[in-house]
Amino acid sequence: MKALKGLLRKEGYHILRDRRTLVVLLALPVVQVVLFGFAIRTDVNDVRLAIVDPAPDRATIELRNRFASSGVFRTVAVVSRTADLDPLFETGAAQQAVVFEAGFANDLGSGEPAHILIISDTTEPNTGSLVQAYALAVIDGYQRGLPRRSAPAMRSAEAGANAGVAIVPDVRMRFNPTRESSNLFVPGLMAFVLTIISSLMTAISLTREKETGTMEALLVSPLRPWEIIVGKVAPYLVIGFISVIAVLVEARLVFRVPLRGSVALLLFEGGLYILVSLSLGILISARTSSQRVAMMGALLGTMLPNVLLSGFIFPVESMPAALRIVSYAVPGRWFVLIARGIMLKGVGLEYLWLETLILAGMAGVLLAASTRSFKERLE
Amino acid sequence: MSDVAIAAKDLTRTFGSFTAVDHISFEVRTGEVFGFLGANGAGKTTAMRMLIGLLAPSGGTARVAGHDVYTESEAIKRSIGYMSQRFSLYEDLTPRENIRLYGGIYGLTRQQIRERTERMLARLGLAGVADEQVHSLPLGWRQKLAFSVALVHEPRIVFLDEPTSGVDPITRRQFWELIYEAASAGTTVLVTTHYMDEAEYCDRISIMVAGRIGAIGTPADLKKQFGVDSIDELFVRLARPTADRIPNPESRIPDPGAAPSERRQ
Repeated sequence: MKALKGLLRKEGYHILRDRRTLVVLLALPVVQVVLFGFAIRTDVNDVRLAIVDPAPDRATIELRNRFASSGVFRTVAVVSRTADLDPLFETGAAQQAVVFEAGFANDLGSGEPAHILIISDTTEPNTGSLVQAYALAVIDGYQRGLPRRSAPAMRSAEAGANAGVAIVPDVRMRFNPTRESSNLFVPGLMAFVLTIISSLMTAISLTREKETGTMEALLVSPLRPWEIIVGKVAPYLVIGFISVIAVLVEARLVFRVPLRGSVALLLFEGGLYILVSLSLGILISARTSSQRVAMMGALLGTMLPNVLLSGFIFPVESMPAALRIVSYAVPGRWFVLIARGIMLKGVGLEYLWLETLILAGMAGVLLAASTRSFKERLE
Repeated sequence: MSDVAIAAKDLTRTFGSFTAVDHISFEVRTGEVFGFLGANGAGKTTAMRMLIGLLAPSGGTARVAGHDVYTESEAIKRSIGYMSQRFSLYEDLTPRENIRLYGGIYGLTRQQIRERTERMLARLGLAGVADEQVHSLPLGWRQKLAFSVALVHEPRIVFLDEPTSGVDPITRRQFWELIYEAASAGTTVLVTTHYMDEAEYCDRISIMVAGRIGAIGTPADLKKQFGVDSIDELFVRLARPTADRIPNPESRIPDPGAAPSERRQ
């Protein structure tokens, strides 16, 4: 036990004296939250809207006002001819255009199909369709406010309205109630940060001991393999926990990301995920002999799958079947599910037991494998 | 305690089809400075790694400090000290912290660690840099410190794997004084080297050639036996027949069929 304490103290010196790495480790979660929070947004706002209104009337003015006050759109131009839109789209001045027909209010009042054409810049398909959906929602909102008697007229109009986009009462969009993508990314970000600290740093710090020859000295000493492992990885476990807490606090303060479930459960699951990542780090170090190779191994073997296949940024549901199957083996996928469940839905183990069990199973298998790989080094 | 510190019989280690150590047998007596000589890749490091429990033997038997290498590696680990070619010090720790770490690993009490730290630092003349990080010290100082750290738990046997490679002649000389000091205190020293002048400092030496022991005895006896003036000459004579054929033993293709007479030409 005393030997272990000595090892832990020594590892502490390593970490504290390697200032640059320490700063990176501590700053990483904080910077990542800000970067991801502001840069990676799937919600849209400040959409540059152009309006074509050849003959403004009561209805078009009302709709224009609704677009302007929706909080999503900013009207950049009101023109009278559709042809005037081209330069706006080409220069990027407009992302979206709403084109009214002349006599729009009359058509609405008389029960004729009232046509609105919605044009979107779909260079970025996701943003394009999202913006379109917002526009439809605004129109839908307007329509709901119309006097009841005109509604049946429009419904009947729906069938024949294939030429443009008719006002269709069935258009319904369910939004993320707060429209915040930060709610989604924070759980994934925790997985990302923990992977870096646990897998990458463990792999690097173990291979460093191999490179400098000190690992041999430890192996020749009466220390048991588990003592060496614990001595090496425990400090990173602590840093991992600190990072999780930092990410949570920052997400809460800066982005108001809720934590609806149990903090204790989240930390426990975080601990499981750290164990999995640490074991992966040990396994990587067992198969590499230089820090550079270990770093590449950790990047390719843990970071990439955990970022790309965990559902952190790209939804697992939209992956091809083969990748979806691979994603079952990615620990981050399960952790992201669990963390989202706890933080956003506020559910507990009664719903997350399966994911927890899978993560625990992974931790058990990988820990055993990594301890084994460590012993095999002696052979 | 018997007066045989290390006894190896037919100790063998193979890596795939390559035999790195081929049935070597030797004894090292307690308190002896025993030199393990050989060209790079002759198998001396592999042999040493089997004795200290870093590598499992493929065959043969060996006892270190009276303990069997197969079944009592824990007991062996407690009785030995080891210094690798790379000195095994933590460079971002100070000499004092390194001593404390290894003292703790070997289960010394705080009192013992404190006493030995002061004694070692004074003996090595490192008291002035005791709190400087090791990477700022000259190579020779680091090497002497590493040796002392390997002895911090006062092991019965200390294994030194090419401890003097890359060190200047004066520091090497001082280093050997430390080795003698340890030996006169009763510590058995097994040291590998490829500096032939160092062989003369050893009580007894063995010269390994391609995994086998080519010669073993005191330096004086060996010179007489082979009719040579220096160990250097003896070494070249033993090593040459195979040295031409085996530039890099790691990639050597074993050729047991080759006739010995053919090798000599």
